[in-house]
Amino acid sequence: SSHEHKLNFKKSKELCLSYIQDAVLQKQWKRAAEFLTFYIESLEKDFSREYVGPSEIIWRIGTEILCHHSRSSMKEFNSFIEQMKTLRVKRYLKVCLEHAFHLLCNGLIDEAYENLSVAESWRFGEQTVIQDKEMKLIRAYRGVLDYYSWSKQKNVLMERGQDGFEDLSVEQEMHSCFRKAAVNLKEIIKIPGVWDLFVKCYVDLLEFYGDHDEARQVLNEYAYNSKFPANPNAHVYLYEFLKRHGESKKSLISALKILHNTVPSHELMIEFNTMLQKSKKRKKRQLGLKVIFAALDYAGWKENVKAWSCLARQVKQIVISEKHLGWIKQEWNSRKDWWPAFHFSRYLAKKNWQENESLSHEKALVAGILLGKDCKYFKYVSHQGCKAQVKRFRILKKFVNKHNPVYLRIS
Amino acid sequence: DFNERCAQCSEVNWGLTDGGRFYCKSCHNVTERTREVVNTDFISNARVQTISKGLRKEKKTDGDCEWYVCEGFQLVLKKQAEALEALGVCPQMKDKILCNFWRCYLQKSKQAYCNRPAGETVKALSVCDSSTDVDSEPERPGLLHLLSLSESEGDLQTDCSFASSTSKVSASTSVCSGSVDGRFYLMKNQKENLRMTMPMTLSFCYMALLWLREPMTLSDLLRFVVEGHIPYLNVFQHFPEKMKLCGLDLKIFCVESWPAYEEVYNKMLELAAFLDLPRFPDITDSCFLHPDILCMKYLMEANLPDELHNWTCRVVKKICIGEADFLTLVPGNKSTRKVKYDVLAAAVIVVVLKLLFLLDDHYEWLLSDFAEERNKNNKEGGPYFEFKKWYKVIKCSLDVEQKKLDEERAKYLWRCEKPLFYSAEKKSKVLKRRQMVVNLQNQFGKLCGSVPPAEKRNPSSFQLSWSEEDTNGSCFHGHSLKGILQEKCGLLTAMNPDYWLCTVKLCTEKLCGHLAHYREVDFPQSYHFVLRLFSFLLRIQPSFIHDEVCMIEHKLFNKRLCKKPKYNRGLRK
Repeated sequence: SSHEHKLNFKKSKELCLSYIQDAVLQKQWKRAAEFLTFYIESLEKDFSREYVGPSEIIWRIGTEILCHHSRSSMKEFNSFIEQMKTLRVKRYLKVCLEHAFHLLCNGLIDEAYENLSVAESWRFGEQTVIQDKEMKLIRAYRGVLDYYSWSKQKNVLMERGQDGFEDLSVEQEMHSCFRKAAVNLKEIIKIPGVWDLFVKCYVDLLEFYGDHDEARQVLNEYAYNSKFPANPNAHVYLYEFLKRHGESKKSLISALKILHNTVPSHELMIEFNTMLQKSKKRKKRQLGLKVIFAALDYAGWKENVKAWSCLARQVKQIVISEKHLGWIKQEWNSRKDWWPAFHFSRYLAKKNWQENESLSHEKALVAGILLGKDCKYFKYVSHQGCKAQVKRFRILKKFVNKHNPVYLRIS
Repeated sequence: DFNERCAQCSEVNWGLTDGGRFYCKSCHNVTERTREVVNTDFISNARVQTISKGLRKEKKTDGDCEWYVCEGFQLVLKKQAEALEALGVCPQMKDKILCNFWRCYLQKSKQAYCNRPAGETVKALSVCDSSTDVDSEPERPGLLHLLSLSESEGDLQTDCSFASSTSKVSASTSVCSGSVDGRFYLMKNQKENLRMTMPMTLSFCYMALLWLREPMTLSDLLRFVVEGHIPYLNVFQHFPEKMKLCGLDLKIFCVESWPAYEEVYNKMLELAAFLDLPRFPDITDSCFLHPDILCMKYLMEANLPDELHNWTCRVVKKICIGEADFLTLVPGNKSTRKVKYDVLAAAVIVVVLKLLFLLDDHYEWLLSDFAEERNKNNKEGGPYFEFKKWYKVIKCSLDVEQKKLDEERAKYLWRCEKPLFYSAEKKSKVLKRRQMVVNLQNQFGKLCGSVPPAEKRNPSSFQLSWSEEDTNGSCFHGHSLKGILQEKCGLLTAMNPDYWLCTVKLCTEKLCGHLAHYREVDFPQSYHFVLRLFSFLLRIQPSFIHDEVCMIEHKLFNKRLCKKPKYNRGLRK
């Protein structure tokens, strides 16, 4: 407790640190800086046996303070970070990397590039080997910046190309950037990890230079290699690539299927459902229904007209054909307990009608089929719609009334 | 002067042991020839004087001089005595009392002023020097053991490797410590010789103060140390340039914690016994340390009515703790319980408060309301004391002061300008690190805004002060206790008829070190509050005061405790 009368160096610094932490949490940067000045001398007793020692604490907290304090400047920040780099050899590259991030966040791209280059050329005996991972990251980020340069030059060329000018030096530089970027990006994506940024850049480069096979391989690896952590984005990238290159529906569907399994609420589910609905295969169409129901389980989709229209279309189609009502029954089984309150309450009926007529129209159809014409939602919306003499609502009313018995079969 | 050839090795290469005998530096053969001890004077001047012999050797390397650990301590004591003098302690303390105590200590611990040399020193040297062979390591484990003994100062890994590397070099004294006997100092057998430590310097000071019956309690002394008025932390800064500190000297002279009251106090008792001191000058009722006077002081500081003093004196008298025989220190006498004057006085006040207000979280508030009622009709004289009002005022001040103190504690700077390093190899690293620390401090210092630098508190005996001129009525000194007293047979007695004992049975202090074991949750909050107040003033744990309270209560209710073995709380007085 703070009333501890036996005070020694260690306890005193722990106490000091707790004041710093309080100040940082309350965003009192001046106070934090004040207490930090008293904490700094613990560097002179840095045992480096603790999990997080004074030098790391000072680095991290000092960074926070300098980022937020009104009177601190980039110059001060840089000088502080340079000292932090020399403080602990074991952390040198990590500090360099974070320094580069900070510079990038402040729009100082050239400085960041320079920093990363300097860090790349660092050698320190066995530390270089121990910090191999950080080094790869540094090279990778420098690769990203090279990609960025390449991209800029590419755009310049594209523009000038339209004007009919040809600029050889820019083109050469562009290619050199490509080479530098490619080499480093390729390296890092070999290691299992989440490398969305690097993968995207690398694939973009490969596509531009026409190496589609390599690009496909990279994306496949990234999506399907079990050593890599599960990453929905990997499947999205792969899908988008396949789409760009006009691959078969089969491969597109298999890419999206995994996405549906991992992230049922993903925005691509609409596209997926649309694709599946068009399929000639029964199983695919059934999957489509499953996909759209699953997406609408999520609150984020509640007011998405497109999603509801997909579901409505498919439900309508099934009802008209009178085939495969069992599919609807299957999907509805696990949802009938909670979807009514979730989607089809009277409150929502009013709200949807007021805010978004199309939404209410699509939802009303689904509600009418699933819950019957006497359900709150359908009754209210169709009544309002007919009262307002909107044609499609009259059509809707007729349709639901006609197919009313259906809901008995699926409930 | 001495030019004979050594009997053992025939060299003429003589040095002097601590005891003033000649010894051969080549083969460490000690002769019986002694040199007259020249300088026995304790002249405190700026330059360090050797205390045991006149010979001072200059190292050939860099003009550093050889110095012994006890010389270092002597310097420390000198600085501390000067600081005390500046605070108003009489000059006698430094020039006569402390001096003599120190001299006596050196004699008793055989570091000087005796005929027999501190034989261990020389012997150990010869063992060390002859083991240039890496494999013969009777000494090495000792050194490693040493390094792990006290609080580690640096990276233990590098320390160990450093230690192992020294045994390869011809182990001359300068490698492991700046002082001549630094590394042997820590190896000495403590029990026989009462090895000197930094906290013990304060024990010396307190002992001298007590001998002179100066108006400074131990808690005052320790507070002044923490506030920086008495050199303690980093006192080695004041060592002269030529006295280099390194290696194991750091373990001896660098402290990384504030000394605890108990530690300093107990060491003082040990010291007094070790020095075979006679009975200290009597503490009489005109001495500052007498409970009657100290109680008055603390009552004032705690903003309590002066009238309470009558009650404290009554308690003191009743249990005979105002007697000179009880209060005066007799070193070596193990039968009597030693008196901590400050804690005792505080505890007396706590007992009085319990007597008058019960402090059971109910009665004191009822009584306060009652006094408040009576105050409404009270036209003549001063207002009646109301516990509730006092509590509010004190709580407020206490919280503010405690908060300030906590922040001060968080802001202590332990390092000083003079850098410390274990060895010459580490020097550059240490200096670089120091430079970085200074840079960072400056950088963040600029971001502090307009925060004024922490002012050193002015040394003052009173931490809290209250003035009767305060118009907001926050000074209770002049308040009357009549509001809570009643007349009985022409005498004013407390309205409170009850009392609760802190503990029914006292612990055996010798076994567990305490008379009782205090846990906040077991006691009323008002009681805890009062303990907290004095705990803050004295800078000691509430449990220490609680112990004294238990002791006083058992003396006070001794007869009843003895008469009725079956006994419960709520005893009537």
